[in-house]
Amino acid sequence: MLEKKIEDIEIQLLLEGLYQRYHYDFRHYAWASVKRRLKQAREQMGFRSFSALQESLLHDPGMLGRLLGYLTIQVSEMFRDPSYFRAIREKVVPHLRTYPSLKVWIAGCSSGEELYSFVILFREEGLEQRTLFYATDINQDALGKAEAGIYDLDRIQMFTENHRKSGGKSSLSDYYSAAYGKASFDKSLRRQVVFSDHSLVTDAVFAEMHLVSCRNVLIYFDRDLQDRALGLFKDSLTRKGFLGLGSKESMRFSNHADSFADCVREEKIYQKRTE
Amino acid sequence: MGTSAEAIVIGASAGAVEALSVILPSLPADYEVPMLIVVHVPPDNKGILAQLFQAKCNIEVREAEDKEPISDGTAYFAPPDYHLLVEPDKSLSLSSDAPVLFSRPSVDVLFESAADAYGADLIAIVLTGANEDGAEGLRAVADAGGTIIVQSPEGAYASAMPAAAIAACPNARVMSLEEIAAYLQDVEKT
Ligand SMILES: C[S@@+](CC[C@H](N)C(=O)[O-])C[C@H]1O[C@@H](n2cnc3c(N)ncnc32)[C@H](O)[C@@H]1O
Repeated sequence: MLEKKIEDIEIQLLLEGLYQRYHYDFRHYAWASVKRRLKQAREQMGFRSFSALQESLLHDPGMLGRLLGYLTIQVSEMFRDPSYFRAIREKVVPHLRTYPSLKVWIAGCSSGEELYSFVILFREEGLEQRTLFYATDINQDALGKAEAGIYDLDRIQMFTENHRKSGGKSSLSDYYSAAYGKASFDKSLRRQVVFSDHSLVTDAVFAEMHLVSCRNVLIYFDRDLQDRALGLFKDSLTRKGFLGLGSKESMRFSNHADSFADCVREEKIYQKRTE
Repeated sequence: MGTSAEAIVIGASAGAVEALSVILPSLPADYEVPMLIVVHVPPDNKGILAQLFQAKCNIEVREAEDKEPISDGTAYFAPPDYHLLVEPDKSLSLSSDAPVLFSRPSVDVLFESAADAYGADLIAIVLTGANEDGAEGLRAVADAGGTIIVQSPEGAYASAMPAAAIAACPNARVMSLEEIAAYLQDVEKT
């Protein structure tokens, strides 16, 4: 029991060191998963203790990228949860059509699968030209992959199936070219996109949005941090703007619950109240 | 004097529904100990387990939600395609981290986080299944001083999972489903 406690102290010190040295703040991420992932990092990188890992991290900047790879989870799919994108298409797009110009923020965009899903959907609905998309993440590798838009060909079948289930009006194959086991998405899909390094933990609001989609990011945060991020979304959304969360994320346990109304309840799509 | 525990964690795979049908419906409506359950199910299986057992059980049965405080007398199922973990403040959290031993939800992930949160006040049970998930987690529970139980492989629909758990934890109590049900009925909330 005593040994366990020491390990927890070491992990807290490691996270504190990571923050003070590199300004990446994982101190309020959901503890149980952070601990699991740091254990994996420690074992796979061959450190005897978290203190040893911390020492190396503080003195060798090259360790930062490796550790971030463990601490941020890069699991994504195009049109992940097709029913979510169907609801965006059927319930949110009709409202968005009434605006002459639009801003959409994909927060925690990972390697870009969610972003491309939105751009394709907006192109199909004739809204792409009037929309500016912001795609943000804290993981540089992931942002690089998002900008490249190249995915393994063996994932395309699932993406295609998801796209079809989401009510897709075109064929996904219209948007990529395949070569050498990779599918490379067309650069025209990036014309309206700004990629940027932005943390929901330490950075501020940067533009007024009509739609924010932040999926499967908040589950990694503790409740205080979820509140901070939801506050950020609230402040950046325009009057009656829309917020979409992941299928297992909800506003239920948050202080901001009163600022949002359900738009499509089952899909975790909310609309900002007018006050 | 019966045993007491702050929580019970259960892991099951192939044959899980039949096995849990012997255990969960046998618990009375005023049963207090919360239960956290991982069953391996296909990712697109939309949370029907909780519904199925809610209909059969006296206790409250729900699918776990992220950051939900754990309530007494409630059995929580991990949602399909998410890991279920226990936080130190005894709330639940979900994660879409990579599958562990090809499984998401993973029994090991639940058991290890629960061992951390509850220490010795935990009962962990590995039931039927055709893989080795749960063995590592059961050892973590044992190391933290918790009580560990495994369904006897001979009576199990699939014996690999309980057999792996026993190999990893030779001190585990091995019981039939009926014995496990009777044992749990006597457990009180710490
Ligand atoms: C599981 S992925 C989700 C990807 C995509 N949104 C989806 O649902 O398919 C989580 C992403 O959140 C990012 N992330 C983690 N902490 C973050 C933070 N503080 N600010 C912004 N993004 C963060 C990770 O780098 C990762 O790319």
